[in-house]
Amino acid sequence: MIPPGQTAADPVPAVRLPRRRGIEFTLLVLAVLLCWYGYCAVGLARSGAVPPGATGYGAGLGALALLAHLAVRLRAPYADPLLLPIAVLLNGLGLVLIHRLDLQTPHDRAAGTQLVWSTLGFALFIAVVVLLRDHRLLRRYAYVSVAVALVLLTLPGFFTAVNGARIWIRIASFSFQPGEFAKVLLALFFASYLAANRGALAHTGRRLWRIQFPSGRVLGPVVAIWLLSVGVLVLERDLGTSLLFFGLFVIMLYVATGRTGWIAVGLLLAVLGAVVVGRLEPHVHSRVEDWLHPFASIDAGLGPNQLSQSLFAFAAGGVLGSGLGLGHSTLIGFAAKSDFILATAGEELGLAGLSAIFLLYALLVERGYRAGLALRDPFGRLLAIGLASIVALQVFVIAGGVMGLIPLTGMAMPFLARGGSSVVTNWVIVALLVRISDSARSQYDAPAPP
Amino acid sequence: MTGDDAVTGDDAVTGGHAMTGDDAMTRYIRRAAALCAVLLIALLVNAARVQVVQSGTYEENPANRRTLIARYGQPRGDILVGGRPVTGSRDSGEQLRYERTYRDGPLYAPVTGYASQVYGTSLLEHAADSVLSGTDPLLAPLLPAWNDLIRSRTPGGHAVTTINAGAQQAAYEGLKGKKGAVAAVEPATGRILALVSAPSYDPARLSGTGSAVARAWQRLNGDPDRPMLNRAIGQTYPPGSTFKVVTAAAALDAGVVRDPDAPTDSPDPYRLPETEVRLTNEVEGCADASLRHAFAWSCNTFFARLGVQVGLPGMTAAAARFGFNDGRLRVPLPVARSDFDTRMNASQLALSSIGQFNTRATPLQMATVAGAVAAGGSVRSPYLLERTTNRAGDTVGRAGPRGSRPAMRVATAARLRELMVDAVREGTGGNAAIRGATVGGKTGTAQHGLGNSGTPYAWFIAWAQADGSPQPGVAVAVVVEDADARRAEISGGGTAAPIARDVMRAALGL
Repeated sequence: MIPPGQTAADPVPAVRLPRRRGIEFTLLVLAVLLCWYGYCAVGLARSGAVPPGATGYGAGLGALALLAHLAVRLRAPYADPLLLPIAVLLNGLGLVLIHRLDLQTPHDRAAGTQLVWSTLGFALFIAVVVLLRDHRLLRRYAYVSVAVALVLLTLPGFFTAVNGARIWIRIASFSFQPGEFAKVLLALFFASYLAANRGALAHTGRRLWRIQFPSGRVLGPVVAIWLLSVGVLVLERDLGTSLLFFGLFVIMLYVATGRTGWIAVGLLLAVLGAVVVGRLEPHVHSRVEDWLHPFASIDAGLGPNQLSQSLFAFAAGGVLGSGLGLGHSTLIGFAAKSDFILATAGEELGLAGLSAIFLLYALLVERGYRAGLALRDPFGRLLAIGLASIVALQVFVIAGGVMGLIPLTGMAMPFLARGGSSVVTNWVIVALLVRISDSARSQYDAPAPP
Repeated sequence: MTGDDAVTGDDAVTGGHAMTGDDAMTRYIRRAAALCAVLLIALLVNAARVQVVQSGTYEENPANRRTLIARYGQPRGDILVGGRPVTGSRDSGEQLRYERTYRDGPLYAPVTGYASQVYGTSLLEHAADSVLSGTDPLLAPLLPAWNDLIRSRTPGGHAVTTINAGAQQAAYEGLKGKKGAVAAVEPATGRILALVSAPSYDPARLSGTGSAVARAWQRLNGDPDRPMLNRAIGQTYPPGSTFKVVTAAAALDAGVVRDPDAPTDSPDPYRLPETEVRLTNEVEGCADASLRHAFAWSCNTFFARLGVQVGLPGMTAAAARFGFNDGRLRVPLPVARSDFDTRMNASQLALSSIGQFNTRATPLQMATVAGAVAAGGSVRSPYLLERTTNRAGDTVGRAGPRGSRPAMRVATAARLRELMVDAVREGTGGNAAIRGATVGGKTGTAQHGLGNSGTPYAWFIAWAQADGSPQPGVAVAVVVEDADARRAEISGGGTAAPIARDVMRAALGL
């Protein structure tokens, strides 16, 4: 470690801090090769030949990864070397899975669009890494970002519902989910607000029995956030985003204050909201019913619903999977490439592949937490924890949903699932984590920006 | 640390409390990380539950189409007649990929049955399904666990039948335009040489998944002629006079008749015991006839009385020895049970002994009766599936001849052979004679329906031994629903006997 008082600019460091960019490069090469191999395996399984686009796919992904690597090497040389390769591997694997499903749904091709969005994601990653010199600059935009987030969240309410959820904005043939961007903005706001007010939140207010309740001044914004997530749930019927916001807020609040009483209050409010909405809102209610009785529609003679098809797909995978391109996850139907993309991974890569994917996400989250631990400024710490927690919660909510662990809520598997807004947002998250991890190791003693 | 807070600190309290330091927050972060670890473990455990622990129940769920997709994901093995496949597989490109095709579908439908994506399988397609679809463990004796691991599926094997293509064709031609059935067996082994039911259908119409398949299914099931019914083994008919072979065997075995040429004191007409019903004959000369004469001219009065003389225990035992009252026969297709009542009064026994009342038999059962006479009195259990092979043609299972059991004494069989030969040479079965072979046969006409209003059934059962051959090579039973049957003419000889002759000639290769 760097001794106190020394900065990265010191002419002769006693111990040279390893930058580990070589490791990152090696891992990137492996990640690209793995994705390229998967692409070839799909072609070999489906048509018995290496697909003609294999070279282009591998070269394209490799070029994007190389550009991102160069950006990190130049502008964030001390960044965690695992973040970028994991993101590239997950994104590349997602493209392979979507391409593989495209082969069985020729009327609905998605891989091309997803590739464009992924490229945009890489571009945003590079832009964030290059342009954002210090994460602490973001603190200035806390209230701007929460305002923008609120606008983004309320916008889809004015558009028509798609598949029961009002989470889309459609302009011409172009559609995106603003809720995806909103979560980063909210994490930013939470980090800034909590970093500033955590003392007050932790120690002011009245003590009732053993729980310390905060004063009204600081309670206001908290209640506002709760109302927001319930509002999202009711207006947009988007259980997943609501759950994510609330979980994110509770985690960040806990990390900031350490008050378990808050967690208790938060969970109480969440359960209250969920029960009321679950009772009153038929869309949410049916999701809970499906979770409790996934085979009810089969017993009723209506055939398997999406959740049972998803469970069938996972079960068919077994330990080693059927092999890429050899499963039948298209039986799931219309959301096979988005919400249920994990079922394809589960069926064709098996428990082994699925566990590997889960561990990749876990590693991504762990690296985010590690950056948070290494930082000193509370804002940066909270932001890192918040961003990593977004990934963790999102993976849990959707993976648990499609595997029958919790009620199913429509959400995109980070990087894997079809969906432009999601993939772009996740690249921004990784870019911010790269920036924060770079700060954590290099900018220990750098002064806070003005 | 606290300085950071103070930057935005409009909250005066913040400065006074410096306890939320780095160490505390680090602790909270670690706890939050532990929560994430719990979520990860929950996902992994749940994945193991769905993909390993409970995968079996999910895979067996009838709504899971993967079982069907795998089943139809490879060509189905073939059913072979005379070394040539009578079935095939066609790549439809659909989700349930390979569809069954049939060469001469209607000809072999009573053997093959259908193999439909929608309606399942029947007959041999059903009985040999595990081999044909490749799921039979015999097909992959080496390391089934390895196959599970690499997810390879064993290619479907073949089912080799005992059917003689020529005999099958002759029977099919003979029944063209009629309603009826033919069963032919090889007496010495029990091999089924022909199994034909008319009218028939093309099972290829039930292959695949389209709406045409559903329409064909509706039409075939709604057809009053019931083309999907395999009459040769799945339908029983009153055997009429052909059952007199069984009655004669019982009488000879029991010693009720010792000399077939000796005249008896049998009346014509014959008053059924304990009733006022008088049984008559279609022909003259049945009064006091000898067994030979009564057999050749099919005297009802004679055999009704003979059955009563043998008695109920003797008759039921004889019928059982030929295979009546046994519902367990599988060839391996399930064969309908042929009935001979075991609880009857004397008049009912009299009628049963001439193949009326509640006596019913499948054509295959009556072919077995003829075969028992031909094979010196022993019944060979009939079988249709010779052996099963893997894709490469190596035998994996052999059905082969089953054991034989005596149905009558050897001397009785020899007597009956003479009587049946006489019936063809001089009696009612003249139409069955074949040049170059010895033929024995028995005609029959069975009345049925309320007050005998139903279309009568014309029967003929026979066996044939080619000249120079050590033993009879074929036994056959033919039943035809014959609207033109006139009682006076004993229609079995007119309608059914020529069909039996053609089938036997084809089976003997003459």
